Amino acid sequence: MTHLPAGPLTRAGTPPAALADPPAPLLEIVGLTKSYAPGLPPVLEALDLRVAPGELVTLLGPSGCGKTTTLRLIAGLETPDRGSIRIAGREMTAPPVPPERRGVGLVFQDYALFPHLTVLGNVLFGLSGLPRAERLTRARETLALVGLTVFEGRYPHQLSGGQQQRVALARALAPRPQLLLLDEPFSNLDAGLRHSTRQEVRAILRESGTTALLVTHDQEEALAFSDRLVVMRAGRAEQLGPPHEVYAHPRTAFVANFLGRSNLLSGTASGHVARTALGDLPLEEPAQGAVLVSVRPEHLAFARPGEDGTPVTIAAREYKGHDVTYVVRLGGQELLVHTAGQEVWSEGQEVRVRVTCPARAVQ
Amino acid sequence: MTLRRRLPPTLALPALLTALGVVLPLAYLVLRAFGAETQELRDIVFRMRNLELLRNTLGLALGVLAAGTAVALPLAYLAARTTFRPRWVLTLLGVLPLAIPGYVGAYALIAASGPGGTIQALTGLAWPGPSGFWGALGVLTLFTFPYLFLNLHAALRTQDPALEDAARLLGRTPGQTFREVTLPHLRPAWLSGGLLVTLHVLGDFGVTSLMRYPTFSAAIYQQYTAAYDRVYSAWLALMLLAVTGLTLWLEARLMRGVFLARVSPGGARQPPRVPLRGWVLPAWVFVGLLGGAALVVPLGTVAYWLRLEQNPYALAGLWDATRSALTAAGVAALTTTALAFPLAYIGNRYAGRAARVTERVAYLGYATPPLAFALALIFFVLRAAPGLYQTFSLLILAYTLHFVAEAIGPIRTSLARATPRLEEAARVLGAGPGRTLWRVVLPLMRPGLLASAAFVFLSVLKELPLTLLLAPTGFDTLARNVWTYTEEAQYAAAAPYALVLALGGALLTILILRRERP
Repeated sequence: MTHLPAGPLTRAGTPPAALADPPAPLLEIVGLTKSYAPGLPPVLEALDLRVAPGELVTLLGPSGCGKTTTLRLIAGLETPDRGSIRIAGREMTAPPVPPERRGVGLVFQDYALFPHLTVLGNVLFGLSGLPRAERLTRARETLALVGLTVFEGRYPHQLSGGQQQRVALARALAPRPQLLLLDEPFSNLDAGLRHSTRQEVRAILRESGTTALLVTHDQEEALAFSDRLVVMRAGRAEQLGPPHEVYAHPRTAFVANFLGRSNLLSGTASGHVARTALGDLPLEEPAQGAVLVSVRPEHLAFARPGEDGTPVTIAAREYKGHDVTYVVRLGGQELLVHTAGQEVWSEGQEVRVRVTCPARAVQ
Repeated sequence: MTLRRRLPPTLALPALLTALGVVLPLAYLVLRAFGAETQELRDIVFRMRNLELLRNTLGLALGVLAAGTAVALPLAYLAARTTFRPRWVLTLLGVLPLAIPGYVGAYALIAASGPGGTIQALTGLAWPGPSGFWGALGVLTLFTFPYLFLNLHAALRTQDPALEDAARLLGRTPGQTFREVTLPHLRPAWLSGGLLVTLHVLGDFGVTSLMRYPTFSAAIYQQYTAAYDRVYSAWLALMLLAVTGLTLWLEARLMRGVFLARVSPGGARQPPRVPLRGWVLPAWVFVGLLGGAALVVPLGTVAYWLRLEQNPYALAGLWDATRSALTAAGVAALTTTALAFPLAYIGNRYAGRAARVTERVAYLGYATPPLAFALALIFFVLRAAPGLYQTFSLLILAYTLHFVAEAIGPIRTSLARATPRLEEAARVLGAGPGRTLWRVVLPLMRPGLLASAAFVFLSVLKELPLTLLLAPTGFDTLARNVWTYTEEAQYAAAAPYALVLALGGALLTILILRRERP
C-alpha cells in the first residue's frame, strides 16, 4: 500500500482550504437539469457545483434525490436536458463528449468487474491508450497501491467483496483519471469492512492526489470521507460546505435530520432568543417570528439538582456502553437526549433536561 | 436505471426486416385467400371436412398434451426429487427423444410393427401396426414430451424447498403438499412446455400423414402435393393459423396472474430427495418401457432395415445428403444467431413499443406452422420476386425467420450476464462502442451464442416442411430423403438417412446438454 508509482499519482493532494487563492475548478457544473421522460418531474434541477483539484466531495441524500444521476451525467452515461459540465476546462455537454473520451474514472456500486477477465486483465482494460510497454508496469503499480499484487491472476468471483471493491478502485485509478467518481462504493460491504475500506480508499485518493466525487446515502460515510459535502434533496442541492460546518449549522430541517439526528421544536423568535417548549433558548443567529428550532441530542443534558431544567418523562432508553440515548416525552412531543453520563434513568422516571449550546433556527 | 426507448438504426433495421419477413407473407396469404369468388369462398369455408379437420387437430393436440404430461411429470419428478440412480439415465431419456424427428419415429414404429414388420420377423408375433389417432398420439407424445420434461425438471429442481417445508409445518401431509404447493409452482413451466408441444403438434404433418390421421397440416400437405388447389390451401393455412393464434392467446391468458416469486439465487437450498424404497422396481419398469419405445425400438428398427439394404449407390447418396443437410444447418445456424443477437439485445436493453413488437414478431415467426409459413412464402415470392423461388437463399431465409425465436432464448440468458453496467464500465474506461462489444459483450455471451447456434443447427437438421416445400430441386437433405422413401414404404432405403439423422441429432443434443450443465 505504500509503494507509489511515479507521475501525477504521487502529487500530494492538499485540501483547498489551505490555499490562499482557490485554484481553477477541476469540475464545474452549472444549471444541470435532467428528467427521464417528458412530463415527469426532473430528477435533477438546476444543480450547480464546483470541485477544486485534489478535493474529495460527497453528494449525500436519500435514494431518489438525483445524486447517482449527477454522477452518470458527469461520466457521460446520460445526457442532460439543460446545463453544462466542464471537466478541467473542457466543455462536455455541447456537443456531448462520449464517456470513453472524458478522462473520468467511475467505481460502480456493484463494481461491474468484467467476469471473463482476471484482476490484471480488468486493470489493463482501461490502459489501451498507453504505449504497450508501459501498460503492464502501470497496472501492477496500481494493483500494488491497493495491495492486491498477489491476486492479479485471479478472477473476480474468486475474490471477497472487499477485494473486489479494491480491484474496482484500481481499475478506475489505473488510467489516472482527472476525476474519479464513486457511486456508493462501500454499500455492498459489511459494517466492519466498510469502515476500514473507507479509510484505505481515502488514504489512497489522498496519496495519489486524485480529485473525487462520492455518492452516498450514508451520513456517517459522508462526514468521515469528504472535504466538502453536498446534501441533496429532490434533485436540488439543499446545503453545501465542509462536513463540520454543515453538521453544526444546518440551514433546513431536512439537513438537520438527515445529517445526524436532531430535535425540531417550533417556537417564536425575537432576536437572539426563541421561546419554545424547552423554555427560552439562545439562538446562534438572530431570527424573528415563528421558527423551527433544531437542537442536537448531544446538546441536551439532564439537569443536576440545583440546575434549571424543563421537566420531562423518560420514554425509552438505548444503552450503548460508551453512551446512552434516551427518548424523553415533553408534552405531546418526543425528544432525543444523548448523554455520556454514568447516571442511568429508567422508563417512566420524571427528570429535567436543559440545553447546553445555542440552538439553531432552520427552514 | 431506466431502459432506453429509442432504438438506434443499427438495431432498428434488423428488427424491421424481421417484422417484414414474417408479416408480409402472412398478409399476402390472407389477400390470396380472399381472392376467390363469394360463392366459391362459401363452398370452401363451410365444408364439413373443415370441421372434421378442426376436431382432429384439436383432439390430437389435447391428447398429446395430456399424454406428454403423464410421461414427463413422473420422469421429471424421478430425476429432480428422488434418489433414483444413476440420474443421467433419466436426463438422457428425457432429452434424447428430441433428437429423433417425429417422422423418423413414426417410420420406425410403422416399419417395426404390422405384418412383415421387424417385430414379426424377429419374434413371429403378429404386432398390430400403429395408425390413426392412437398411432399419431403415441408417436407425437414419445418425441415431443422432452419439451415438457425440460421445463418441469428445471422448475422442480429450482423450487425453493422452504415453501414445501412451510406447508409441512402448517400441517399438510406430503401428498397434500405436492398438490397444494409443488404442482401450482409447476404451472408456468408446464404452460411454456405445453405451448411448445402444442405448436409442434399443430405444425406436424409428417407423423399425421404417415399415420393417415387428417389434421390441418396433413391436409395442407395433401393439397400441396396432390390437388394443389391454391385457394383451398391458403384457407387451410389460415384456419391453422387461427387455431395457433387461439393457442397463443390461451397460453398468455393462463399465464396471466402467475406470479413467479423467486428467492435470491444465493438463498435457495437444493430441494431434498425422496428415497424411492419400494418404488425402485416400478420406476425402472417405467424408465425401461419409455426408453424402449422412444429410443430402442426406433434405433433398433433402423439398424434392422439397414442390414437389408444392399444398394451400392446408397453410400454416395448418403454422403451427398449429409453434406447438403450440414451445409443448410450450418449456414442457417450462423444467419439465425446473427439475426437473433440484435433482437435479443433489443428485448433485454430497451423498453417501449418497438422493443415489445420486435419480440412478438420473432415469436410469431416461430409459432406460425411451418407448412403455412412455407406456403405463404411461396405465394409471396412467386408474386414479388419469382427469381427467388426454389433457391438456397430463400430456404435459408425461411429457416432464419422461423427459428430466430429459438435462438433468442439462450442469447437473452447470456445477455443477463453481460449487464449494462459492464458496458458502461468499459465505456468509462475508454473503450468505444465497437471495442466494448468485441472485448466485453461478445466474450461474456459466447456460451449463449454457441447454445443458440447449436439449437438452430439441430432444428434445421430435423426440419421437414420448410425443406420439403422450399429447397431447390436436387437439394436432397437427410430429412427430405427419409421422408421421400418412407412415404413410398421403402423402409430399407430410408434407414441409412434416418440413422445418420438420429445419431447426429443425439450427438448434438448430448453436447448441448453438457454445455448447459453449470
